[in-house]
Amino acid sequence: MASETTTGVERSTADAPDGPLTRVRDALEGPNTLGNSRAFWAAFVALVGFLFVYPMLRSTYYVNNTAFLLASAFLGLSLCLVWGYAGIFSFGQVAFYGVAGYTFGVVSINITGPLGTVAGLTVGVLVAAGFAFVIGYFMFYGGVSDVYVAIITLAVTLVLNTFMGQTAGEQWAVGTARLGGFNGMTEIPSLALGIGDTAIRVADVPFYYFVVGTLLVTYLGLRVLVNSDLGYVMVGIRENEERTELFGYDTRRVKLGTFTLGGALAGFGGIVYASWGNYIDPSVFGLTFAALPIIWVATGGRKWLSGAIIGTFVVTFISQKLSVFGGQFSQIILGALLLIVILGLPEGFVPQIHARLPWLLNRLPGGGDSS
Amino acid sequence: MTALLPQVLNLLLQFLDSFGFLILSAVGLAIIFGMMGVINLAHGEFITVGAYGTALSYHAGLPLVAAMVVGVATTTVFGLILEFTVVRRLYGRLLDSMVATWGISLIMIQGLRVVFGSSLDSIGTPLGNIQYGTFSYSTYRLLLAGASLALLGALYWMFTATEFGTRARATIQDEEMSRALGVDTNRMYLLTFGIGSALAGLTGALYAPTMTIVPGMGSTFLVEAFVTVVVGGASVLVGTTGAGVLLGAINALFSNLFGTFAGRMALLVTTILIIRILPQGITGLLNQIREEEA
Repeated sequence: MASETTTGVERSTADAPDGPLTRVRDALEGPNTLGNSRAFWAAFVALVGFLFVYPMLRSTYYVNNTAFLLASAFLGLSLCLVWGYAGIFSFGQVAFYGVAGYTFGVVSINITGPLGTVAGLTVGVLVAAGFAFVIGYFMFYGGVSDVYVAIITLAVTLVLNTFMGQTAGEQWAVGTARLGGFNGMTEIPSLALGIGDTAIRVADVPFYYFVVGTLLVTYLGLRVLVNSDLGYVMVGIRENEERTELFGYDTRRVKLGTFTLGGALAGFGGIVYASWGNYIDPSVFGLTFAALPIIWVATGGRKWLSGAIIGTFVVTFISQKLSVFGGQFSQIILGALLLIVILGLPEGFVPQIHARLPWLLNRLPGGGDSS
Repeated sequence: MTALLPQVLNLLLQFLDSFGFLILSAVGLAIIFGMMGVINLAHGEFITVGAYGTALSYHAGLPLVAAMVVGVATTTVFGLILEFTVVRRLYGRLLDSMVATWGISLIMIQGLRVVFGSSLDSIGTPLGNIQYGTFSYSTYRLLLAGASLALLGALYWMFTATEFGTRARATIQDEEMSRALGVDTNRMYLLTFGIGSALAGLTGALYAPTMTIVPGMGSTFLVEAFVTVVVGGASVLVGTTGAGVLLGAINALFSNLFGTFAGRMALLVTTILIIRILPQGITGLLNQIREEEA
């Protein structure tokens, strides 16, 4: 296990000239992420370029749907950071996702106008992070084992599910925002950035660009994080927590910090979701939805950021197709997928493909810049 | 005084009810966790299988008790098959086994819906009610609390007085050593998983007459089972019983004062507070006391 994360790449290229570009690459690259070659970055730029012109090629319906698929990646990335990198087995990322979504709804319905949605975004992320901090404090400073972390986070999620389910009555309202029980909270406004008349309402195509932009920033930011010294400590905790502690690192603090950041990230995803559909309901706290991020990240490859993003996109795409063609069997197929991945491909499919990529590229005419 | 007595009785009955529910929800999960270290996330669906087996055979014309036996047997066979095909491959990969059993749970919930539709006809709670003051209480639910006590007694006997129990405790304590001494630990794990499944099935069978029988009914038991196992710790009998008493009292008190949901909330908050003080649960506390005495 440990050798996988330390072989393959040098942390810095010694003979390269020390320009600003080299320093940026140094920060972005390292053994904790896949794709550290010139070819990767060329492909990456091409992909981002394609994502930027995509709305000009397809109708608003497809753009909206692709935005939804990409927005799910925030939840996937949050689980990837917490579970894949720091080894914290959280079954409750959807709790932060849902809490932030509801908070965004409450704030943005009560404070009308763009100010309300910006306030909702800020407060929502803070509430999710605070919630993660409190639960994380009790778990990590109590020193409970991995299994208990999984059970506690899932229990919190399920209790929120029953709580939100019973908020149907008139008395369950915060200001003018009704929580709405099992029917969920409706009429949540779309995000709007800016103040007063100059604000841009982030819906449809602007929403798509908003998601692509924030996802890009999140991905690159997380790459810097996991390849920093802190990222090394996180991976150290995943591989062997006791040894990392003996080296003098405060593993509890690192875990709490990672978990809080993961909560904030999942919360951001929840806000984007609530703003996309103008709606949120208690099923985001349900057992089935809670399993989804696990399926995405496990399938793609939980130990890699790109694995989480690609896994999320691919599995969400497939399950959308399944719900059209597979009907009532879609959940069965998703469960079976999870089972097959765990039994047959525990590292996920993205690292598998990545490992075979140089071989594939060398078959192409002209060869490839294999890393 | 005459007005207070029914209130006290009410609280006591509620405590017995909570205690029974917590113990019966958790015991199958606790046995598998305590002996194998595996958390079976399909535990709720094992309970559902027990309830479905009971309800289907009851509607087919069997008397209720026989139908319950069928429910338990179905769940046991089901658990043994799963152990043989999936769980066995994941020993030593604790977290992976949780994810895999979650996959099984998703398949089962939807599978039951596809095969049997969105719900089964309910059975109807037998045995009527007992009256006291202005209140009445279902006799059957009292019987369930009694069943949980009887079950704990039977497990105590099984672990302390039978050869299986001795081998099982040896396997928990030191797997390698017991294998060296001739215990077939793989067979022990298979049997343990079978017993855990049977107990989950029993829970489903016992609660089948009191609930609406739907594919997702297992999740009703899940939170209670989780908190009991976390508060109890790895020791099946002492830990689970202690957790049942503590959480049952808290649940009864808060449910009585503020309603069912507050009771559930109180369970969760208590559990989160307890792991801060006792990360190993009640089992850890007992070990601490034992070490101090020694």
